[in-house]
Amino acid sequence: MSAPRTPAEVVAELNDLTVWFPSPAGMVRAVDGVSLQVRRGETLGLVGESGSGKSTTGLALLRLVDPTSGSVRVAGQDVTRWSRRRLRALRRRVAMVFQDPQASLDPRRTIGASIAEPLVVHRLSDGRAARRRRVEELLDMVGLRGDLADRHPHELSGGQRQRVGIARALAGEPDLIVLDEPIASLDLSVQAQIMNLLRRLQRDLGLTYLFIAHDLAAVEHMSDRMAVMYLGRIVESGTPAQIWREPAHPYTAALLSAVPVADPQVERERRRIILSGDIPSPVDPPAGCRFRTRCPQARPECAETDPVLAEVDPDHRAACLFAGAAVRAMRSP
Amino acid sequence: MSEHVLAIEDLTVTIGTRRGPARAVAGVDWSVRPGETLALVGESGSGKSMSVLAATGLAPRSARVTGRVRLLGTELTELPEARRRRLRGRHVGFVFQDPMTSLNPVLTVGRQVAEAGEEHLGLTRRAARSRAVELLDLVGIPSAAQRVDAYPHQFSGGMRQRVVIAMALICEPDLLIADEPTTALDVTTQAQIVELVADLQRRLGTAVVWITHDLGVVAGIADTVAVMYAGRILEQGPVDAVFGAPSHPYTSALLAARPDPAAGGGDLVTIAGAPPNPLDLPPGCAFWPRCPVRGDARCEHELPPLVPVSAGHQVRTFYPRRVDEEAQ
Amino acid sequence: MSEHSERTSEGQLRRALSALRHDPLALTGSVVLALLVVVGVAGSWLAPSGINEVDVDRMLQPPSWSHPFGTDELGRDVLSRVMVAARVSLQVGLVSVGIALAVGVTLGLFAGYYRGWLDNVLMRCMDVLFAFPVLLLAVAIVAVLGPGLLTATVAIGVVYTPIFARVTRAGVLSVREQVFVRAAVSIGASDLRIMRRHVLPNIAAPLIVQTSLSLAFAILSEAALSFLGLGVQPPAPAWGRMLYDGRGFVTEAWWLGFFPGAAIFLTVLAFNLVGDALRDVLDPRQLTVSEARRSAT
Repeated sequence: MSAPRTPAEVVAELNDLTVWFPSPAGMVRAVDGVSLQVRRGETLGLVGESGSGKSTTGLALLRLVDPTSGSVRVAGQDVTRWSRRRLRALRRRVAMVFQDPQASLDPRRTIGASIAEPLVVHRLSDGRAARRRRVEELLDMVGLRGDLADRHPHELSGGQRQRVGIARALAGEPDLIVLDEPIASLDLSVQAQIMNLLRRLQRDLGLTYLFIAHDLAAVEHMSDRMAVMYLGRIVESGTPAQIWREPAHPYTAALLSAVPVADPQVERERRRIILSGDIPSPVDPPAGCRFRTRCPQARPECAETDPVLAEVDPDHRAACLFAGAAVRAMRSP
Repeated sequence: MSEHVLAIEDLTVTIGTRRGPARAVAGVDWSVRPGETLALVGESGSGKSMSVLAATGLAPRSARVTGRVRLLGTELTELPEARRRRLRGRHVGFVFQDPMTSLNPVLTVGRQVAEAGEEHLGLTRRAARSRAVELLDLVGIPSAAQRVDAYPHQFSGGMRQRVVIAMALICEPDLLIADEPTTALDVTTQAQIVELVADLQRRLGTAVVWITHDLGVVAGIADTVAVMYAGRILEQGPVDAVFGAPSHPYTSALLAARPDPAAGGGDLVTIAGAPPNPLDLPPGCAFWPRCPVRGDARCEHELPPLVPVSAGHQVRTFYPRRVDEEAQ
Repeated sequence: MSEHSERTSEGQLRRALSALRHDPLALTGSVVLALLVVVGVAGSWLAPSGINEVDVDRMLQPPSWSHPFGTDELGRDVLSRVMVAARVSLQVGLVSVGIALAVGVTLGLFAGYYRGWLDNVLMRCMDVLFAFPVLLLAVAIVAVLGPGLLTATVAIGVVYTPIFARVTRAGVLSVREQVFVRAAVSIGASDLRIMRRHVLPNIAAPLIVQTSLSLAFAILSEAALSFLGLGVQPPAPAWGRMLYDGRGFVTEAWWLGFFPGAAIFLTVLAFNLVGDALRDVLDPRQLTVSEARRSAT
């Protein structure tokens, strides 16, 4: 699979985005120089462990966090400094699905009221009857019966609740849907249902997704292009096939080798790259390459130069001074 | 054949609720030998955790537990609570999902690791402390001698889970029960913890019961595996047999439901619907309403038996031969 | 479609009512309150005699069939005066708590939702109000505005505002961190909408409880102010005022103080019983059995 040669329309774009939060220990550099583009009709996957800044990056696209520097562009408009009032319009263009479907639905409101909220807020349908019809249509799209509209969240299963979360995100016909760990809190058999549903909706409605997850296999499965984040930076980006077959950044290689495979023979034979230690504090990230403190291939140069994302293959980039070579060295016995 | 460390037979757990009894575990048998790892796999509500909690006497008060549980040859169900607790404290170590809630935030990690040693081994405070340092070192906490006086919040999630493992190990237990110990951790940290437990097991010969929903983790750690659904075991056997020739439709579907990057991006295999309500279980096979094979009226009304399909490999079905052919 | 929140707060109310029915103490409290409301509304019609019918021949008569609560030093029927005074007590209680609720909830909502300097300014003001002994503050306000029913009501309302502001703010602080509030922000809902539709219904339970408890204290405060002569002015009857007037006759005419005192006692007790029962039912930290089971499955 190769990326389309003719550049498709860019729906959303981050340019050298940084998001810092004050904390008692100092400035937390949650996102520290991230650039990415999401093109119409595609799924861009964002994978990383806790503390990588992947969720904050997603929140920045709805301006649910304030950028410290850099810019956020949605549908061609620079929304970096938009006022609270204008942001409400942005949040119709970009919708979000949250990790915990139980927590993301107001327990005191019906399913119908939750799904209808974008319609009410943005005055998208006139009158109760029209809203009710639209809600039932949305429920049908996500594979739920229309009469669930009168139920409350606690009466639904986890998978059904996440379908409701997706229906709510669809209600405003957004240009981009940010899916923040949409399957992480679901049972295995239900995860597959939700991933299939998301892909079917994308095919049928031409949706654009930013799919954020810590689950590398799920991101590979869902994405047309993907990016791996570590400590506030994108360390590698490319197609899932490129990243799966030929990871160029040592962190990606370690991540891939840590993902367990449901095959005892493979598991017995594989050589795992076990990283030492923990992810460093985002308050005080290492100088030079951020991964060098845990990198099995770190060299003295890594402490001096902060590597930039550089092309290793067409559409495949990695932020490593020794991209490719380091991974080959790690993987050879 | 060596003696089992823990063996449970016909274990049933019924939890009283206002809407009637909920059957959490129904007639479950499994056992684990020294140095062996048994993985209990299932989705939420399958009874995988409850079967272990009930076997070790940690089930909630509202639960009624029947069946036989032998820990190192001693029948636990007939023991008075105090003796059962002593036996459990001495021979079984526990590691739970969330290391933050397993640790007391106001005590140093050293105290918490040392405590069980003082209680069950009769170590002096000083001896227990030096043992705690050794164990913290063993589980890979850097500069353990200094970190022994730190508090849980000064550790990362992965390091906290190492502390919990050190706590579980101080009495040199014969059995380690790990209930979703890596679910709250990142994959690179999970890999560290899995490696650590496997290494400790090799060195100490501990038996491990590892409860998880992650089939990938199971493939990496287990010698034998039991797949649970709605309180019953649907399939159990050596890990190679179960993964290599999954013989229950549920097991096959679970294995196929994970995206496999090598296989490309078609639709994933799904299991329709959701697990049944434990208050209202179907009379026959609990999986029947969601079963892609959907046997016949017999499956709907009668409970299929666990039958052997190969050495040590059992499947709950009426049609072992058909299952066998499909697996070919 | 969007107006479903009423239905759920209705459900909350229904749940509360059914729980009150099954708790004997709360049931007693509710019956007392119901009687009080009837007397408060219709007291002047139900009263056996006029409240200001002075009868010098019948001064200070002990309870009897014709005057069950006896008569006072001017020969007025104590039962009638206690009944009519119920209206004053209820009115002052309801209106003052109404003021405290409206102002306190609004302040607490904005302070908790926006945090920052607004929160600091508002809550420090509340702290200052809170730091005064309740009665002293009420006395000070009445001293400035002059005694009377209206100023007593306003004074009590001001005194109880900080409690509502604090309860509300504490609730808002926890609810605003919930994912569903973030979800509402992500949809583009306005702040006012989020506060009204998502935050307020989810903090209704502690507010309902606080309201019933504050009603008891407000009635007590009114009695205290009237006792000090700063509330209702004679000859209009008020329980606290009657208590004050009866204090000189404690030895020879116990009924002058006893019956208004008993009325205050019963009313406050009833509000407290109902308030405690509501707290048990509505407190989200104490899930009812059915809810606990639902969230477990």
